[in-house]
Amino acid sequence: MASIQEIQEEIVEDFSMFDDWMQRYEYMIDLGKSLPLIDESLKTEDRIIKGCQSKVWVNAELVDSKIAFTADSDAIITKGIIAILIRAWSGQKPADIITANTDFIDEIGLKEHLSPTRANGLVSMIKQLKMYAVAYQTQVN
Amino acid sequence: MPSRLDRTFAGMLDIKKIRADFPILNRKVNGHSLIYFDNAATSQKPQQVIDKIVEYYTLYNANIHRGVHALSQEATDLFEESREKVRAFFNIAHTKQVIFTSGNTHSINAVANGAHAFVKKGDEVILSAVEHHSNIVPWQMLCERVGATIKVIPVLDNGELDMATYHQLLNSKTAFVVVNHISNALGVTNPVKEIIDAAHEHGAMTLIDGAQSCGHMKIDVQALNADFYTMAGHKMCGPTGIGILYGKEEALNALPPYQGGGEMIDQVSFEKTTYAGLPHKFEAGTPNIAGGIALGAAIDYLNEIGMDDIAAYENELLIYGTEQIKTIPGAKIFGDVTDKAAVISFNVASLHPYDIGTIVDKLGVAVRTGHHCAQPVMERYQIPGTIRASFAFYNTKEEIDVMVQALQRAVNMLS
Repeated sequence: MASIQEIQEEIVEDFSMFDDWMQRYEYMIDLGKSLPLIDESLKTEDRIIKGCQSKVWVNAELVDSKIAFTADSDAIITKGIIAILIRAWSGQKPADIITANTDFIDEIGLKEHLSPTRANGLVSMIKQLKMYAVAYQTQVN
Repeated sequence: MPSRLDRTFAGMLDIKKIRADFPILNRKVNGHSLIYFDNAATSQKPQQVIDKIVEYYTLYNANIHRGVHALSQEATDLFEESREKVRAFFNIAHTKQVIFTSGNTHSINAVANGAHAFVKKGDEVILSAVEHHSNIVPWQMLCERVGATIKVIPVLDNGELDMATYHQLLNSKTAFVVVNHISNALGVTNPVKEIIDAAHEHGAMTLIDGAQSCGHMKIDVQALNADFYTMAGHKMCGPTGIGILYGKEEALNALPPYQGGGEMIDQVSFEKTTYAGLPHKFEAGTPNIAGGIALGAAIDYLNEIGMDDIAAYENELLIYGTEQIKTIPGAKIFGDVTDKAAVISFNVASLHPYDIGTIVDKLGVAVRTGHHCAQPVMERYQIPGTIRASFAFYNTKEEIDVMVQALQRAVNMLS
């Protein structure tokens, strides 16, 4: 499996094909449709990421020492954003997720979503995914 | 020759000239000319107000009410002239009933914090289901402190308050009734006169949250007869950080001060401090002097255009905007009544308001999305939030057309 860095570079390359925000958002909406969906029974209060204007649920499981993320959101763009993160980080080792940088979000033209005050909560999503990784890291060791 | 009645208010107000007063309306957002439809959150500022802030710091900056020097006297005079402008604008009897605060939230807290003077253990405080969090939480804090209970006036499907239930809620234990004049989440104008009169019949005090009404309609606090009325300077073309608390003189005298400090005292010794008279009793510390003076400039500006014309024109925008939004298939307006401010709160089919807000922002249209700090309202309608377009007198029907096109484009993208 490709490394987080390689996948993130791939994502940046995919997005570089688009020259306007409209196409980028349309692509994001498409990515949202390919998101590995969280099981409906796991859409519980404790799996909701706080700080988002829309609801985002994330679950993480450890499979063969790697984390498999599933998620969902009631907003389409938010679903696309979490799908991008999960595409890069799902199937990776906890240690690699913990140290992964998030510069690629800026590079794909979604910088405005990185502001901690943005209501979409991308920063909260990143934090939550990394917290799952920290929790599972203790089980891997 | 068309009669005067055939002319639109847009024809009576020189919108082009008005727009030229607001420099921010010239800027581009995401490559598009800004269309600012988030006026319920804060209004934009005319150059006259911006200039006043600069003028104050350039020529008059000094602390007020204390200095014997000329600069301090001049600054004090300007600040107090502003208080007089506020008095006249809201038909307040006396300037000592005009308390400058940091904003509407501060004004409400100043009352709720001292409201143990009116609300005792076992009493009831009535508020409405359409309140902003800032008019819920301070009262919950009060009730926890004194052992009182909150009762809620429900909201009907159309966004109007359930007045029949309100009248049933009133009883001898009702100590305070607090409602907003206009709901920030729905834009619906509440029958505050009826609410105040009924509360008074039961011996209850009243506070009206005027955050959404000030600057959009003529307000006569004496005619309303509210015990307290609160306003936000920044929602009426003034700067942020300045608000107003109005109170009847006897109500303000009965209310203990919220903050202690300089300015609000008469005599201080370690044994006993006596408080200053109104309004200074509630104005501890150095106030927002520049903000207060600039608010006076905002009031001058609004007066020059005329509040009746502003209200009439904004209503015209409301009617047009409502019609146009309804042309979008699946659009549903919350609070679709006639007696309301120029605020349209809506959703389109099952699309998330956040998705639509994000796309229309990219097209230069600033609307608010979310629960609008009024979660109980959203809970009432079982929705995560709404898109809220709120207009001001510097907006135009052409801008509404652009918004509707942007909304349509967003809906196409997201469906």
